[in-house]
Formats: sequence, structure tokens, C-alpha cells
Amino acid sequence: MAAPRPQRLSVLLPTYNERDNLPLVVWLLVRTFRESGIDFEIIIIDDGSPDGTQEIAEQLEKIYGSDKILLRPRPRKLGLGTAYIHGMKHATGNFIVIMDADLSHHPKFIPEFIKKQKEGNFDIVSGTRYKGNGGVYGWDLRRKLISRGANFLTQVLLRPGASDLTGSFRLYRKEVLQKLMEKCVSKGYVFQMEMIVRARQLGYTIGEVPISFVDRVYGESKLGGNEIVSFLKGLLTLFATT
Amino acid sequence: LPSLPQAAMTKLGQWLCALALLGSAWAALALAPPGLQPPAPLRQALLPLPVYLLVAFGCYSLATVGYRLATFNDCEEAAAELQEHIRAARADLRRRGLRL
Repeated sequence: MAAPRPQRLSVLLPTYNERDNLPLVVWLLVRTFRESGIDFEIIIIDDGSPDGTQEIAEQLEKIYGSDKILLRPRPRKLGLGTAYIHGMKHATGNFIVIMDADLSHHPKFIPEFIKKQKEGNFDIVSGTRYKGNGGVYGWDLRRKLISRGANFLTQVLLRPGASDLTGSFRLYRKEVLQKLMEKCVSKGYVFQMEMIVRARQLGYTIGEVPISFVDRVYGESKLGGNEIVSFLKGLLTLFATT
Repeated sequence: LPSLPQAAMTKLGQWLCALALLGSAWAALALAPPGLQPPAPLRQALLPLPVYLLVAFGCYSLATVGYRLATFNDCEEAAAELQEHIRAARADLRRRGLRL
């Protein structure tokens, strides 16, 4: 019987103006991985943040080692999709985790993602705020209503087979993420939705793990009419083209 | 044997197909000429059916979204735990030489 393949996890962290949160999320990631014995690397893709994020990233690289913290910055804000592509070029892991760098996603869920992946041999494990004991902190009634309403509409129109389409806390097999990045063209929330929809089209399997989403920035950046309109446009585009 | 190219139907395509199918079945039965009409009670139920279904779907949607809104979990403990972790992280990073 062949020995199990060694597993390494690459975390892709696109950052823009995360000077305060980046060291905290990296500290939590390192602690989580060391406590659970998971081989890892963290790839920080900073898009030329004016607040000194890159300088903090360099300090973290000195503290934790350049084999664990990989800095792959870019000159200016170039978008999430290309950040993933750029990060993956340097990823040596066979699994990739994508997550937000603003502490809304807690690294403690990553071992649960891995456990779920092993359970069902899933190609993708998606964190969901809408099932089990998943949930949100820091949202008022209006925000929650928009979230549930949008998700309901998405379920009716796309029947995606996953409960949380706009979530961005996920584990992918590396080759699966590479394949999906080739095919996905949308931006923003819709980009995350398109990945799941295309994954289903290509026959990939998706497992779900309930997560808690702690929103500490909602007070500063309320969900406005513009974002809602662009979400609807993106949803209808996916409806008509997939 | 050469494999046949498969045109995957979009969701929109599926909806149009389903609507066309159900729509033509309804029209055939409900709007049939006098000679081919189904019995009167059936016709009376059939005619307003599309509107009934729409209203029923509307009610289902409101109820479902309402229920999901009411049962949307508030992660108080997660937020509190995060605050603790942030304190521990800042202290440890300072010890390791991080200059914030």
C-alpha cells in the first residue's frame, strides 16, 4: 500500500491596505497550522498598498522565515482574480486556501476544511454562513435581509448545489483552482459565485463547512445601491450564460 | 465513434424550455376550441392556474426569506474570541520584534 502523499497547504492572501490586520491573520494562521501539524506556506499578494502593508509583510517574512511567508507584491490594485492567478504561480502546495485578510475569516476553520475534504474527497470545500451553526457578527437587519434575499434569488435562478455562493473562504485542490481561474471572467461578488457555478459544470465536487463571519468594517462601508445593482447584473449574466 | 458535441443548456434556456412546455400544455387544455374542451370544472380550475402558481411562489419566497432571516445566526462568541486572539497576537508579535 502506497504511503499517503505529503500534503501542503498554500494560503493566498491578497491584501490592500491591511497594515493592521495582516500581522494578526498571519499569526493566527501560523498558530493554527503549527498546532494541527499541517505543512503550509502563506503567499501575500499586496497591490501596492499606500499604508505600508508591504513593509509589515517584510517584517513577518523575517520573523517566520521566507519559506513560510512568500511575498509576491504587485505595483497597484489589479483585481482579485489576477491576484489569485499571480499567487498560484508561486504556490507549491497541493491545496490552496483563499480567504479575506481582514479577520472576517478565522483560520481556525481551515483544519475543519481539511477534515471535510478528506471525508468526501472533495475538490472544493466552501465555508458557508447560511447552514448549520454558520453565521455572521456585526450585521444589522437590513444587511441580513439583503444577504438572505440575494442568496434566495441566486438559489432559485442558478440551483448551484452550494448554500453560500458569495462567500470567499474556501479550500481548493490546486489543479481545480487553476482550471477554474482560466474559465471565470466576472468581478467582485459575482466572481466567487461564478467559480462555484463553473465548478459544478465541470463536475467538481463541493463540500461545505459552517463558518462564522465577523464583520468589523460593515459600519464604515454600508452595502449601497450600486453594489446591489452590479450584483443583480452579474447574477443575470450568469443565469443567461451558464 | 466520434463523440457528439454537447451543447450545455444555460439556466435561462432550461427555464424557457420548461415555461414553453407547461405553457403550451396549459394553453392546449384551457384555451381549446369548443369541440375539444375538457369538462367545465377542470377548465374553471385550469384557467387561473398560472396566476395562482405565481402568487403561491411569491408567498413561498417571502416565507422562506423571512424564516432564514429570523434564524440567521449571530456569532457573538466568535467576535469575543477574536478580540482575545487579537490581544494575544499583538503581545506575541511585539515579543518577536514586530514594530507596528
